[in-house]
Amino acid sequence: MVVQGSIKKWVRVPARTAIGVKRQARAYVNPYLAGILLGVVLFSSFFLTGNGLGASGGMNRILVWGQDQLVPDHVDRTAYLLEMAGGDTNPMDSWVVFVMLGVIVGGFTSGWLNGRFKIETNRGPHVSVKMRWMLAFIGGAFMGYGARMARGCTSGQALSGGAVLSVGSWAFMFAVFAGGYALAYFVRRLWH
Amino acid sequence: MPFPLNFEDLLGHWESYLVSLAIGIAFGVVLEIAGFGDSRRLAAQFYLGDMTVLKVMFTGIVVAMVLVFAASAVGLLDFNLVWVNPTYLWPGIVGGLIMGVGFIIGGFCPGTSLVSAATGRLDGLFFAIGAFFGIFLFGETVGSFEDFWYSSYEGRYIIPEFLNISTGATVVILVLFALVAFAFAEQMERIFGGADLKKAPKWRYGAAGTLLAGAVVVMFIGQPNTEDRWNTIKDDKAPVLAKRDVQIQAGEVLALMRDDRINLILLDVRDEADFNLFHLLDAVNISADEIPDHLKEFRAKSANTVFMVIGNDEKAATEVWKTMVSESVPNVYVLEGGINNWITTFADEEFKTTSLIESHAHDTLAYTFASALGSRYAMANPNPDVFQLEYTSKVKLQAARGGKSGGCG
Repeated sequence: MVVQGSIKKWVRVPARTAIGVKRQARAYVNPYLAGILLGVVLFSSFFLTGNGLGASGGMNRILVWGQDQLVPDHVDRTAYLLEMAGGDTNPMDSWVVFVMLGVIVGGFTSGWLNGRFKIETNRGPHVSVKMRWMLAFIGGAFMGYGARMARGCTSGQALSGGAVLSVGSWAFMFAVFAGGYALAYFVRRLWH
Repeated sequence: MPFPLNFEDLLGHWESYLVSLAIGIAFGVVLEIAGFGDSRRLAAQFYLGDMTVLKVMFTGIVVAMVLVFAASAVGLLDFNLVWVNPTYLWPGIVGGLIMGVGFIIGGFCPGTSLVSAATGRLDGLFFAIGAFFGIFLFGETVGSFEDFWYSSYEGRYIIPEFLNISTGATVVILVLFALVAFAFAEQMERIFGGADLKKAPKWRYGAAGTLLAGAVVVMFIGQPNTEDRWNTIKDDKAPVLAKRDVQIQAGEVLALMRDDRINLILLDVRDEADFNLFHLLDAVNISADEIPDHLKEFRAKSANTVFMVIGNDEKAATEVWKTMVSESVPNVYVLEGGINNWITTFADEEFKTTSLIESHAHDTLAYTFASALGSRYAMANPNPDVFQLEYTSKVKLQAARGGKSGGCG
C-alpha cells in the first residue's frame, strides 16, 4: 500500500524536484505501521544473515578507514583501532558498513519520492539556526562517544539486541531513555 | 535449519554485502517514513506529547522477536547462529546514559541522523559530523579506561537465562509489556499532546491481538532442544558418520597437533579416572554429560578452531559429536578408534604386550596403567618423525555461518 502510494506520487509530480522548493509533502505513516515494517526488516536481517541492523558501527569503520589512510602507524599502535584496521585489515570489509550506506540511500530515496526532501534546519522555536547546528554537533559527539562505549547505538544495541532478548541490550535501552528523560526538563527551551 | 544463509559461499565475499546493502536500504526507508528524519519529532518523545519513537521502536522489537522465535520454533532458523549482542552490563548502561544526553541535546541517534542528512536536513548533517567526532574521541581515549570497558562481561546472555523461564514465556511477557507501554504512551499523547484517541486507527487492536496470539503459539510450540535439532539435521549428518568422513586417523591428528594455523582442541570426554591414567598432551577433560554446559563457549571460539572428540573407543565420542553438531558448533571431529587405537598405534611393543586387557568392554580402556601419569608418556605426544603414518586428510575448516559481529561491530 505504502509503496504503491509512493510510486503514484512519483509518477504524478515532476521527477526533478528543485532543491528547497516547497511542495506538498506526504504525511508520515502511522507509527505502529512503521514499527511493523521495521520489525519485518529486522527479522529479515536476522533470518537471512544472522546479523541485526547497525549504524554507528558503519560510521566507526568509515572513520577508522580514514584514519588508516592518514596515520596508519597510529592505527597500528592503538589496540582499539588495530582490531579493525591493523596492517592489511580493511575496516570497510564488514556488513555493517553496507547496512549504513543502505540507510543513506534508502532514506534519501524515500524522502525524495514522498516529497519530503528539503534543505532546511529543523529546530525549536527559540533556537537560532547556527545554535541548532552547534547543539546538533555537540549532541552528535555525545551520541557517538556513548554508542561506542555501549558497543552499539539505538539500531545495533536497542533494536537488534532487544529483539533477540539480550540482557545487556535491554539494560542499555532503559539507560538511553533514562538519560534523555533526566535531562529533558532542563533543556526544554531547546525544543519548545 | 537452513537459515541464516551463508551468503559468502553463495555469492562471494564482497558480493555478499549486497544483501546487507539491501537490508540497509529497507531500514533507511522505514526510518524515513516513520518521520525519524525530523529531530523535533524524535525529541518530542522526551516531552510526552508525541510518543512516535517509543511506538515504532517497541513495535519493531516485538514484531521481530515473535518472528525470530517462531522461525526458530518450527526449525527454519538456527537461533544459535543469530548474533546476540554480548552483555557488558555497566559499559552499556553508562554508554546508554551518555547517549540519552546526546539524544535530547542533538535530537537524533546515529542512524536517524544519517536519514535526516540524506533528506537535506542540515541539523542531521551536523549531528552526523558530531557523531564521527565522538566516535573518533572514543577510539583515542578508550585505552585509558580499558578495564572498565571490558568489565561486567556476561557474554551471550539472554533474558530467559536471566529470569530462568522459557524463551516462549519471555516472548509473551515482553509482548504484554509492549502493549501496556503503548496504552500508556497513548494516554500521555492525549494528556500532553492533546491527541484524540478516537481518531487513532482501529486496526491497531487487531494487530495487537495477532501479535499476542503469535507469541502464545510460539510459547506452546517451544524452542527446539538438542534432540529436536538432531532430528532436523539427521538426514544430512547420519551419512557423514556412516561414510566415516569425520573420524580422523591418528596420523592426521598428530599433524594437526603441530599445525600453528589450527586452534586444535583435544576434547577428552572420558571420565576423570581414565583421563588421569593417560591422555593426549594438552587435552581438556570434559565428560560427556558436562558437554551441554560448554556449548556456548565452544560456539564462541575463533574460526580456526577444530574440535577433536576423544573417547576410549568411538561410541561415547560419537554421541558427543552428535550433540555438538546439533548445537551448531562448527568443525567437530572424532578421533578414530579413540584412545585405545591411539595407544595401539603409538605405544612401544613392551607396553602393548604387558598391559593389554584381553577382554575389555566396549568404550572402556583396553590397557592397564600402573599409575596416573596423565600426559607424561611419550605416546601422549609422539614424535611425527618416528611415526611416518599415512592418512587421508579429512579435516576441512568450515566457513562460519550466521552473525559474525555485533550490531555495531
